[in-house]
Amino acid sequence: MADESYPEDLRYHREHDWARVEQEEATFGITWYAQDALGEVVFYEPPQPGAEVTKDQAYAEVESVKAVSDVYAPLSGEIVAVNDAVSDKPELINEDPYGDGWLVRVKLSDPAEADALMDVPAYRRLLEDE
Amino acid sequence: MATTALKRTPLYQEHAKAGAKLVPFAGWEMPVSYEGVRQEHIAVRTTCGAFDVSHMGEIETSGPQACDLLQNLLSNDVSKIEVGGAQYSVLCQDDGGILDDLFTYRIDAESYLTVTNAANHEGDYTWFADHSQGFDAEVTDAIDRYAMLAVQGPQARGIVGDLAVADLPKRMRTERLEVAGSDALVCGTGYTGEDGVELLLAPDGAAAVWTALLDAGAVPAGLGARDTLRLEVCFHLYGNDMDTSRNPIEAGLGWCCKEDTGFIGAEAVAAARERGTEQKLAPFLLTSRGIPRPGNRVLEGDDQVGVVTSGTLSPCLEAGIGMAYVTAELADPGTEVEIDVRGKRRTARIESKPLYRKET
Repeated sequence: MADESYPEDLRYHREHDWARVEQEEATFGITWYAQDALGEVVFYEPPQPGAEVTKDQAYAEVESVKAVSDVYAPLSGEIVAVNDAVSDKPELINEDPYGDGWLVRVKLSDPAEADALMDVPAYRRLLEDE
Repeated sequence: MATTALKRTPLYQEHAKAGAKLVPFAGWEMPVSYEGVRQEHIAVRTTCGAFDVSHMGEIETSGPQACDLLQNLLSNDVSKIEVGGAQYSVLCQDDGGILDDLFTYRIDAESYLTVTNAANHEGDYTWFADHSQGFDAEVTDAIDRYAMLAVQGPQARGIVGDLAVADLPKRMRTERLEVAGSDALVCGTGYTGEDGVELLLAPDGAAAVWTALLDAGAVPAGLGARDTLRLEVCFHLYGNDMDTSRNPIEAGLGWCCKEDTGFIGAEAVAAARERGTEQKLAPFLLTSRGIPRPGNRVLEGDDQVGVVTSGTLSPCLEAGIGMAYVTAELADPGTEVEIDVRGKRRTARIESKPLYRKET
């Protein structure tokens, strides 16, 4: 399992999801905290490319041996790519939550939504309250 | 429960030291895993795992009529337990509804120790005590006298044997032995489908024995692995696979019910055995992706024909597995059904017990 970290180049959602915004597109995944709380991820079924995702709404589920957890979209848009490697090897989410464990790539419908997401200090404050 | 402090086992500090993930379970703060459920599961199947199951309760029944009292309470034929023997049974209400499932050990001629599930312990003890009137027998709540460790896996007997002063008891037998410096009741029992032993010992000696087991190569394993291990071999979990609304016949536990002993609930169990039950508990394997969970509906076409009571991803079979109460006609191995896993239909097949069989 990876060591705890929260990269500076990401934006964070209160449901413990992250977005790496690059102009009109963004990559989504779950944070180190989320995968640690869940334990070893054993199942993930990606959504379909072309599906719409809406900020603050669940777009997929990740499962550990004991629990199912919804994955929330930090931003709105259309899924343009999904990480099939994670459905074959769900433990990638534990091993590399910000790299090989990414979940979907989304063409953003409103990139300005990212302004409402948290930066690292704000997200760490949220974690202290959890 | 929210206002009550969680109880801790004598090994709490050891678990914290080992980096265990601790969760509330039946009023106790218990390790759900250490390094990871899958690794711990595989360790038990291939080498040896050690579980702290000190949350389980113990009731001592002793006296000239101890056997008669237990015969009145437990579903199995208690008179068949020899001194140093062990037996599995269920505790039933008058209507046959299951109050608990238990292992009973015969310590000596007039003394028995019954191991209860943590969540049911107080209720079981009250039930035992309330029904002891008229019997020349004494019922004692012994939960504070014992820590309990389960050492399970193909290397378990070797590891415990090296720490013990004499030979270990055979399967379903018990022996009082000194293990790693502590007096223990060593029982040739377990709930993982692997060979191994369970140790009942004084709480203050438990940490030293635990440490000696880990030093000898046992892998600490938590309740997460305990659950996936028992489900692979179709052992029941009280509260999931049976409760007071289910009788032992529909739960597939008729084998441990001897109605002619006249235990409380025997008439209802005999009637259920005679006329059959509408539903039966059946193990199943997902033939598609996904992980079934308790509460998922079992479907045949668009009709609901059952409900999942236990479900997980099997680490050994690498597929979703579970047990479900289904319409009795559909409970035969080979029947194809579907499971509604949170809105997604997953194909599944009813299997025979156990779902996992050791390669020999």
